[in-house]
Amino acid sequence: MAASIRALGAEVPATSATALSAGDRFRRFARRNPTLVLGGVVMALIAITGILAPAWWTGDPLAMRPVERLQPPSPTHWFGSDNFGRDVYSRTLYGTRVSLVVGASVALASLIVGTALGLVIGFYRRIDTVMMRVMDGLMAIPAILLALALMALMKGSVRNVIIALIIPEIPRVIRVVRASVLSLREHTMVEGARALGARTPRILLRYILPALTAPLIVQATYICASAILFEAYLSFLGAGTPPHIPSWGNIMAEGKAYVQLAFWIILFPGVFLALTVLAINLIGDGLRDLLDVR
Amino acid sequence: MMREIVRRLLATIPVMGVVAIAVFALLHVTPGDPAVIIAGDYATSDDIARVRTKLGLDKPFVTQVGIWLGGIVRGDLGASIYSGLPVTTLIKQRAEATISLTLLAMLISIFVGVPVGVLAAWRRGSWIDRGVMVFAVSGFSMPTFWLGFVLVYVFAISAHWLPVQGFQPVERGLWPFLRHLILPAITLSVVYMALIARMTRASMLGVLSEDYVRTAFAKGLSPRRVLLRHALKNASLPVVTIIGIGFALLIGGAVVTESVFALPGLGRLTVDAIVRRDYPVIQGVILIVSGVYVGINLVVDVLYVVLDPRIKY
Repeated sequence: MAASIRALGAEVPATSATALSAGDRFRRFARRNPTLVLGGVVMALIAITGILAPAWWTGDPLAMRPVERLQPPSPTHWFGSDNFGRDVYSRTLYGTRVSLVVGASVALASLIVGTALGLVIGFYRRIDTVMMRVMDGLMAIPAILLALALMALMKGSVRNVIIALIIPEIPRVIRVVRASVLSLREHTMVEGARALGARTPRILLRYILPALTAPLIVQATYICASAILFEAYLSFLGAGTPPHIPSWGNIMAEGKAYVQLAFWIILFPGVFLALTVLAINLIGDGLRDLLDVR
Repeated sequence: MMREIVRRLLATIPVMGVVAIAVFALLHVTPGDPAVIIAGDYATSDDIARVRTKLGLDKPFVTQVGIWLGGIVRGDLGASIYSGLPVTTLIKQRAEATISLTLLAMLISIFVGVPVGVLAAWRRGSWIDRGVMVFAVSGFSMPTFWLGFVLVYVFAISAHWLPVQGFQPVERGLWPFLRHLILPAITLSVVYMALIARMTRASMLGVLSEDYVRTAFAKGLSPRRVLLRHALKNASLPVVTIIGIGFALLIGGAVVTESVFALPGLGRLTVDAIVRRDYPVIQGVILIVSGVYVGINLVVDVLYVVLDPRIKY
């Protein structure tokens, strides 16, 4: 009897918890994960800005009006205009698209390739030693220099920037995956699966890969943030996104000669870039705490 | 201990071998004929043929690798296609600015980052701690070149305190040298400083809950002595590691910082070489910079053995 009453009592808070409105539940989640929610909200705003760029009272980001060149921020040009009289506000908002596409593609692609290679390398001891020496060597080359060298040999396009940024990231993903595989390989569940007659591909995909999901999601956010920064670096140095596509990096590259005259050309795209990278890093830190990685 | 150091030294040889081959292979893994790409958009077939023989691209791949590796061992990295000067000469000319910039940035980062991290860990949860964490996350997300422009705008263009750009060699006096270098060094140090502060704080938090730290406080030692002698010394290993690994960030940042402040360093050399498709120069710089990175991490490994005699490889 006492037990059933206790059971009833236990059910009461449970039902009241489900009765919480969605808003209350979100507020509770936000209180417990402030960085994740803050980063998520800022990121959502930036993503909406980029996707709906034409809707935010922007003009043609490429339209040149020489009469209106180098004008300071005003009601007609919210972020001022550049040396060709192009509207910096429109260019900055459209620039969001390049950054988001590059960040997401690099994170996704390097994760897929790196995970596939890492699973195989980690599981077969024979290739592991050799491959890890190779990875150490590749990781000794600073990522930005490697990406610059690759861009020197390819035509400037968004697709090639993505390729040049994926290559330095792959060994880093491989290392994370491989480290987890090495420890999981000795886990009893793998031993059990083997005893049941499971083959290696099945063990890798059904037993080891699911355990890697959390660290990989966190890793993906950090790759995304650094890819967005690196795209801006490459474009700023003139070896990234071609000039006819507005991106934060090449807007700032063109403003470089006018720092003293028209600081707004550099100021506004930089604020967007810093906020975006910060938001993604906050999401990464928040997810790491939430998913309890490391 | 000597044996450990020699062993670590030998272990860097295969790593550098991989770097050398990878840097060379870059030219061949990208799609298209490297001779055509290097010769440029307006090259005649004669130009392309000249580039091909000059870089030895007409020889079999294995022979090319052999020539490249042989050259490295003799200290010969080939010659620039654009100026004809040996790559090693070009690198030597440009090394001073880059070394000065990265060293100064490294010093600033360590001398600010470590104390700030210690303070944050000691006063965990206080506003100091929160401030340091906010700085660490935002500093790590800061686009280096943008920060450089903001600092130039505030301190050079608006306030006229410091020069906008340029470099003065140290031979012309310490003050002009530092005056030109201070803004670039601060710009470059922020990301690295954020990384060091964050790692120091995390590592100190782990150590401060140890019994011997409580004992040290209990026997009445000053907080300064406990923090520095007892705690920081034991918390220093991860910090030293991150200083070594984070050096790659410093090099990447240096390329961009040099471009903002018009410093005649290796970064500018690389960017100019990329515009001119001067591939021998690009390969040479990457090889040297990666070598320095491997060397710094070797020093870190050796420091490990010195800091913690229990470590055996």
